Amino acid sequence: MTKVLELHNITKRFGALTANDDVTLTLDQGEILALLGENGAGKTTLMNILFGHYAADEGTVRVFGQDLPPGLPRAAIAAGVGMVHQHFTLAGNLTVLENVMLGSEPLTRLKSARGEAKRKLMAIADRFGLPVKPEAKISSLSVGERQRVEILKALYRDARVLILDEPTAVLARPEAMRLFETLRDMTKEGLSLIFISHKLHEVMAASDRVAVLRGGKMVAERRTRETTPGELAELMVGRKVERPVRHDHQIGAPVLVADKVRVEDGGETRLDDVSFTVHAGEILGIVGVSGNGQAALGALLSGLAHPASGTLTLADQDVGHLGPRGMIRAGAGRVPEDRHAEGVVGELSLWENAVLERLRTPEFSRRGFVRQGAAKAYTNDLIKRFDIRGAAPDTRIRLLSGGNMQKLILGRVLSNGPRFVLANQPTRGLDEGAIAAVHAELLAARAEGAAILLISEELEEAVALSDRIQAIVKGRLSEPISADEADPQRLGLMMAGVWTEDDHAA
Amino acid sequence: MRLERRAHVPLHLVILAPLAAVFAALLLAAGLIAAAEVNPLTAYGEMLRGALGSRLSITEMLTRATPLIFTGLAAAVAFRARLWNIGGEGQFFVGALVTAWIGHSLGVPGWIGVPLLMLAGMAAGAALLAGPAFLRLRFGVDEVVTTLLLNFIVILFVGLMIEGPLRDPLAFGWPSSVPVDGDFRLPDLVPRTRLHIGLLFAIAAAGAVWLVLARTVFGAETRAAGLNASAAAFAGISLPRTIMGVALLSGALAGLAGSVEVMGVTAGVTTTMSPGFGYAGIVVAMLAALHPAGVVAAAVFVATVFVGADAMSRATGVPSFIADVIVALCLLTMLVALLFTTYRVRR
Ligand SMILES: Nc1ncnc2c1ncn2[C@@H]1O[C@H](COP(=O)(O)OP(=O)(O)O)[C@@H](O)[C@H]1O
Ligand SMILES: [Mg+2]
Repeated sequence: MTKVLELHNITKRFGALTANDDVTLTLDQGEILALLGENGAGKTTLMNILFGHYAADEGTVRVFGQDLPPGLPRAAIAAGVGMVHQHFTLAGNLTVLENVMLGSEPLTRLKSARGEAKRKLMAIADRFGLPVKPEAKISSLSVGERQRVEILKALYRDARVLILDEPTAVLARPEAMRLFETLRDMTKEGLSLIFISHKLHEVMAASDRVAVLRGGKMVAERRTRETTPGELAELMVGRKVERPVRHDHQIGAPVLVADKVRVEDGGETRLDDVSFTVHAGEILGIVGVSGNGQAALGALLSGLAHPASGTLTLADQDVGHLGPRGMIRAGAGRVPEDRHAEGVVGELSLWENAVLERLRTPEFSRRGFVRQGAAKAYTNDLIKRFDIRGAAPDTRIRLLSGGNMQKLILGRVLSNGPRFVLANQPTRGLDEGAIAAVHAELLAARAEGAAILLISEELEEAVALSDRIQAIVKGRLSEPISADEADPQRLGLMMAGVWTEDDHAA
Repeated sequence: MRLERRAHVPLHLVILAPLAAVFAALLLAAGLIAAAEVNPLTAYGEMLRGALGSRLSITEMLTRATPLIFTGLAAAVAFRARLWNIGGEGQFFVGALVTAWIGHSLGVPGWIGVPLLMLAGMAAGAALLAGPAFLRLRFGVDEVVTTLLLNFIVILFVGLMIEGPLRDPLAFGWPSSVPVDGDFRLPDLVPRTRLHIGLLFAIAAAGAVWLVLARTVFGAETRAAGLNASAAAFAGISLPRTIMGVALLSGALAGLAGSVEVMGVTAGVTTTMSPGFGYAGIVVAMLAALHPAGVVAAAVFVATVFVGADAMSRATGVPSFIADVIVALCLLTMLVALLFTTYRVRR
């Protein structure tokens, strides 16, 4: 039987960097193959070569036994390859139907061919179990729905091989699970699939076979049934990684106390009657489905939002009215939710980002002039102490991987000896090795007596790191439970807003 | 064909981009010159000779370059912080007008009066840009529109003043303001030419601006706020404060251009004293890739075009408006060139 897809000895270089190094990969009919690898392993590059976005420096691509000419997306589409990109490529101001037709029909035909196209789209949607509203504007759809449109767009062009680049990066856990069920059904309709991921649990749950890329090389291939998450993690990272574990120790005095805080934004209540206490040497985990007030809580503790009523005290000082600089002076360290949007200025160097929060302190400036020598020496220290790879103080920070960027942000927070640390989704989008490193740093800060508030959507993470856990639902907090009492059912109920009266008593 | 963002922009590209842009602009303008039935090579030869051919023409070119350095710096400072100050022309004129008005009857010695008048011109330019900056910060009003429209208002206001209260009675019907007192005329740099020590001030200003942008806390905060406002806000850098600081600095530089031009060249203010120094400053800043050292070089180039075009026009009959065409084309070609330095074209 011929393979659906064969990549032979693909090599792709970007300047001095070899993004793909002699990679060979095949796909069978009706199979789901997971392409697993850390950020920067070369997964996207490999799939872009397959799809014709890039031309390989060496190697060949064959689809259904036919050689594909390099660098021609049209040829790949014609051969039946469809791709759903990591970043969506839909036009927000057009409807679902128009987006699907775009690119397969000449623009002038968009109107005339509508009826026919709509019938075809609905037939496909039906056959593959992907319900859509063809006349809805893209901008009105959720990310999950947009992704469905991306998939339909590929299927509309008669794709028989579908590639999905990190399809779950933008999805919540239940949506992701639903997506994988759909993908499984699609194989029964004759499709063959490759999905890219760096998350072990979804690879284990949803694939038939796993190919592991590391540093541009294909390091292993396994039947999913015959491997374990532990083995895959080791293959992916290249060494044994284990997330560090929390040890019980003496919890200290209260450091950060919120008492009946309400936060409003544009006339709407974002946090309502929120009370919690974080003690020295303690990690308090806040779990919840995203969009339930985590952003407002993060803003409050960063100094970007202020209580409309209630009080926020840090080491007995009222800090509710303080801005970011005031919070830092009061002893707060802040890890923002979105590294790229709030954590760093991508076009600036590492050293400028490292001292950004403390530019006006005597440590890093004198008489209005930046003390560059001191700033660079400090950054060098951070690079060593927090194991930031692939960078010097003068490197532009956007060239760092997510994990290394996060290590710099953590470093600038923790090196300051903070009394309180806000860690808002500290491992979102990071790979296994980086997650373990971030966890280790947070636990080390806890051991040194910092009071840490962890906001996380990853339950495993919250349970592993936290001493106590509270759930956030529609801007309100549940009573805390101790991490030992936290099992998935109980947390699930808490996150759904069900917490009982005797919890209040506890 | 796709555009890929470059990880690094190599230095040679940074330097090559404006040269390529200038070359392309000259090539395009050559088409127009040819359409006027003149050999473009002859025309450009006349242009070079007119601007650089003699000691006198060189000093004349540098006299033109002086205000362009100031207005170029003004635009560069603002654009780096994403404050789109298109009002350099208006700020130039208020700086000039205030200088002539105060300088006409100020009773202090020259060595006190000159710095004082420069400060007054700077304050006037800064105040003029503070308004649009405030409107943007408070109400989100687009400063491109407000600063551009203010140019016309200011020039009409200057016209009003020099026809009325500030009219120079000795100007024999030429609409001109009263001149600054002779004590406040800037000394010549080269005797018996119009070139004055304002050129040195301009070069010093470029150095000072570089120092502020590259080495101070204010410069670092401005860069951060211009590149990623929400990350800067998260770090506690106040966006309104940096934008306002930048506006004051930018407006002051453009106002200084007017002040120095009055004290160095024209003595009084006329509505025709600027051949578009404020607007040309935008081109200068772009050609300089917003770098202060580049501003000096780009100002010299634009001044060469301006001065040379007059000579070319006399020798060949091509209208001297070609200078404006070349300068405007430079802006467009530079934008294209910048695209190719930040991105790489791939198949
Ligand atoms: N267009 C490009 N130019 C230069 N380097 C690139 C380009 N695209 C990707 N790279 C580099 O190639 C490597 C692999 O990237 P990628 O395929 O996106 O990894 P992954 O999808 O596995 O995270 C990374 O080091 C990345 O920085
Ligand atoms: Mg990728």
